[in-house]
Amino acid sequence: MPDSLLPRDGLVIVAKRDCPTCVMVEPVMRALDKAGPLTVITQDDPTFPSGVRSVVDDQALEQSFHLKIESVPTLIRFKAGREVERAVGWQRQEWVKLAGDAGLNGANLGDGLPEWQPGCGSKSVEPGVQEALIARYGETGLKARAISVGNWDDPIEACFERGWTDGLPVVPPTDERILRMLSGTERKPDEIVGNIPPNLAPCTVEKVAINAVMAGCKPEYMPVVLGVLEAALDPLFTMHGLLCTTHFSGPLVIINGPIARSIGMNSGVNALGQGNRANATIGRALQLIVRNVGGGIPGAIDRATLGNPGKYTFCFAEDESDPAWETLAERRGIAKGKNAVTLFHGEGVHGFIDQKSRTPQELVRSLAMGLFGVGHPKLVRAGNAVLVLTPEHYKIFKDGGWSRRQIEDALYEALKRPGKELVYGAQNVAEGVAPAYADKLLDKFDPPPDGVLIVRAGGPAGLFSAIIGGWPGQRVREECQAVTREIR
Amino acid sequence: MIEIKLRDPTAESAPTRRARLAPPKSLEGKTVALMDIGKSRGKEFIDRLEGHFRKAGIATRRYAKPTNTKVAPTSVMQQIAAEAQAAVIALSD
Repeated sequence: MPDSLLPRDGLVIVAKRDCPTCVMVEPVMRALDKAGPLTVITQDDPTFPSGVRSVVDDQALEQSFHLKIESVPTLIRFKAGREVERAVGWQRQEWVKLAGDAGLNGANLGDGLPEWQPGCGSKSVEPGVQEALIARYGETGLKARAISVGNWDDPIEACFERGWTDGLPVVPPTDERILRMLSGTERKPDEIVGNIPPNLAPCTVEKVAINAVMAGCKPEYMPVVLGVLEAALDPLFTMHGLLCTTHFSGPLVIINGPIARSIGMNSGVNALGQGNRANATIGRALQLIVRNVGGGIPGAIDRATLGNPGKYTFCFAEDESDPAWETLAERRGIAKGKNAVTLFHGEGVHGFIDQKSRTPQELVRSLAMGLFGVGHPKLVRAGNAVLVLTPEHYKIFKDGGWSRRQIEDALYEALKRPGKELVYGAQNVAEGVAPAYADKLLDKFDPPPDGVLIVRAGGPAGLFSAIIGGWPGQRVREECQAVTREIR
Repeated sequence: MIEIKLRDPTAESAPTRRARLAPPKSLEGKTVALMDIGKSRGKEFIDRLEGHFRKAGIATRRYAKPTNTKVAPTSVMQQIAAEAQAAVIALSD
């Protein structure tokens, strides 16, 4: 704070008109000014308080920030240019003492007022304001390279020009937005989360926050974004290979646990579609981190022949409304009630319609027909699958008394085929499995729980389910699989 | 004029561009590395290549990535660099 705005020796009051206590002590401020010297720093109205000679307009809150004001009114005594005492709120005895210490006669100060009345929150500590003030006037502590964009330049276009986007506009990563994002985690900004493929570049929590800002995340999504990234970096997930592949697949993110509800994720109507900020931006943040930190650029290291729209973002939460249902995360070893992320190599949504099955047995046989199409109807072990059961299809199983494990086991049995039906040329189709398998009974997918990952989601109406095919890289289970991790 | 300041979302690393080695004028007296990247039927393809090299009197050595889904281990790359003067990195689906 410039010295010229403050008395080297004397009193300073920080106040705002919007505070009833500040308004109540307006006559006190006038009395102190007469005894002088007094400077009042006013946060919201330069005409408040009236009758005081030295009023500093602090609508920009710079002075309040530097003085670390948390409540108003705050009375501060300066001596030789340094703060030596302060009183927060109206405390008559304290104010009288500070006035006396400043050499003023304050014996009658505040006569007729209550002895004590608390103040109001300073405008400088309102939600979101603190980070903006640190960005403007303080030390951010951010380590990432600062890039200046001219006043006449559009920062969104500047992000495009630097190759930082997935093709859609990103939120420009300004210091105040990054600081707000970092407030969503207790982890230190300089903590290394891991090395991001393909370049195996170390990624700090700060870099995660920058990319989460760009993706459009809110600060409360940060624990989920960090958990998703850690799952993606598990060697078993094989993020590098998934990025490089010519296949369609990209990371599919499924969230379990109470955090999904607390951050407002969608597991209901249109759960796999657009319209929910958390679903949309958490999946996008992962993709932006891989692109920007890891260097995974489509057309460069990303060699997808076609890709799929889920490579912008593909993230949803499981419907956990039925306590009897064993959730995907629980099935994969996470304790009930814990937050978890499951990452799968998903190729896109294949709609499955069955409006005639009425029993679990009928529906399993029918689902198996749909699931057999993953990759190619004559290929086996060419990737696993996610099956998204909607409420109406789930009801058929529930009414039949079937648990998740019964569905899994029945599907596994229903997804076996005689090799002779699948070998090259069989059914007059060249594609298929090698002739050596002609006499074997072949599994379409890995055994439970990895072959078909069943997850509940979707709106209440529609006898549909969704099949999300996996990636042929999953064919050797020890090398590459879906990964489930607790969110820290 | 107020400048807008953004923070760099990248790893802030600058790639080092290294000149590619000139291909040898002849393979005579050289050893060619044949590396199977681990996709299905890669072995069949490498077997065929090996046969052609053998007929031409060119020495070969076989290498393989443990899996096609992950990058080659540094030790394999170093071994190729130490033992061969040219390499064919091949796949066959």
